[in-house]
Amino acid sequence: MNLTLKVWRQKNAQDAGRFETYTTSEADPEMSFMEMLDIVNQDIIRKGGDPIAFDHDCREGICGTCGVVINGVPHGGHGTTTCQLYMRHFKDGETITIEPWRARPFPVLKDLIVDRAALDRIIVAGGYISASTGSAPDANGILVPKPDSDAAMNYAVCIGCGACVAACPNGSAMLFTAAKVAHLNLLPQGQPERYTRTANMVAQMDKEGFGGCTNHGECTAVCPAHIDMSAIARLNRDLLAATLKGVA
Amino acid sequence: MAVVALYRSTIGKKVIMAVTGFIWVGYVVLHMFGNLKYFVGATSINGWAEFLRTFGQDILGYSGFLWVVRLVLVSAVLLHILMAYQLTQLDWASRPVRYSGRNYLSATFSSRTMRWGGVFILLFLVYHILHMTVGNIHPNYEELKPYHNLVVAFRDPIQVVFYVAAMIVLGLHLYHGVWSMLQTLGVNSFPRNATLHRVAQAIAILVPLGFISLPLAILLGIGVRP
Ligand code: HEM
Ligand code: FES
Repeated sequence: MNLTLKVWRQKNAQDAGRFETYTTSEADPEMSFMEMLDIVNQDIIRKGGDPIAFDHDCREGICGTCGVVINGVPHGGHGTTTCQLYMRHFKDGETITIEPWRARPFPVLKDLIVDRAALDRIIVAGGYISASTGSAPDANGILVPKPDSDAAMNYAVCIGCGACVAACPNGSAMLFTAAKVAHLNLLPQGQPERYTRTANMVAQMDKEGFGGCTNHGECTAVCPAHIDMSAIARLNRDLLAATLKGVA
Repeated sequence: MAVVALYRSTIGKKVIMAVTGFIWVGYVVLHMFGNLKYFVGATSINGWAEFLRTFGQDILGYSGFLWVVRLVLVSAVLLHILMAYQLTQLDWASRPVRYSGRNYLSATFSSRTMRWGGVFILLFLVYHILHMTVGNIHPNYEELKPYHNLVVAFRDPIQVVFYVAAMIVLGLHLYHGVWSMLQTLGVNSFPRNATLHRVAQAIAILVPLGFISLPLAILLGIGVRP
């Protein structure tokens, strides 16, 4: 495949950044998007240039480290992470635009790599369950109704890649925060901290400077874990309940 | 205080938008039904105007109830706009560097025109009040004679076109707004989502149609009696 890439290059957080154009003729439809980038990078290195910096780790769609905006859609719009996107989705001779996640709470570190520590700080604010450690508890000591565990798992699959923020026209982190809150708030182990967790995580989300949710649904459309909008309705409901209980 | 904390959060501001939006949706639906009394006849719609003023007059005095409603509606719309403004500022601040080009997957024309559509609805609201309530920009306004005022106003095709356009914009605002409101208030859930979308769509289509029917009928001479 012959491809032309328009790639965002930015030396560091202070640099203004700009698009640069690269071409390759060695791409193959069976390659992943990242293997294609590897080839382009090899070529850049061979010519003595600075390779394109992009985040990745597992390359099998489970860690949430990777993620770039491809032709205006985070992860490229095929329901996968960037690492699980294959070149067969592109046409021979196509020009592909590659940009980093864009949000004020996600400063660009270099090229396509952004700092997503803001999401970690939302987790620190309440995305956990406090439990005394010691010997392992009895396996079935706490019974969880099957519908609840299924629903909780549907939210727990969030890998925290940040595509929701990148896709949102408002740069909102609602889908991420909502998935984390809904996952824990559905389970019996999550009940003692349910309302403080909700209030604290929302407060941290706002403090980081993410925008508000206007329910466009762009987040769920690009989510590689297919978290749906019901997570956000649950978050809204629990924040309202927290307010009525005087916790928020 | 908890309510103050809610107001400070982006979600709380949306809740205020949803509640004030809900008040207006309720009002708009009632207003539309009131208008449809035109098709019953002059006595019916003029009687409705009189009823709105005499309702509860033993306690609140003549027009007292109407003024309470007006006060609630004005406070609601001001809060709605203030929250829309504050949230828009936060939203724009969160995306200081734009994408070179965006490809939207699920945002609709309706969801993407909430802000400008809202501004247009506000301008229409001011015009409409001067036109049909105060009457100072009406060619021949008569107090408490809505039948006469309507029939005179909508002989003019330009007025009809403007009112129809405004109702289409209102429909677009409600198309996203009503579903969004149910989502913001936490009424939505995975199994309810499709139904709630349909409820929002029905309101967004039927309310403007109900409103539009009246100017169109008058322009076409339907139901106009001397
Ligand atoms: C100047 C006037 C107005 C402005 C600037 C405005 C703006 C907005 C904005 C920005 C939103 C949030 C959009 C979103 O969530 O995607 C919204 C939501 C809404 N608007 Fe308006 N609007 C105005 C007037 C009205 C009126 C007159 C009504 C009622 C007939 C109305 C009903 C609603 C409803 C029901 C919502 C949904 C609230 C929610 O999402 O929770 N708006 N409006
Ligand atoms: S690199 Fe782990 S999800 Fe893509």
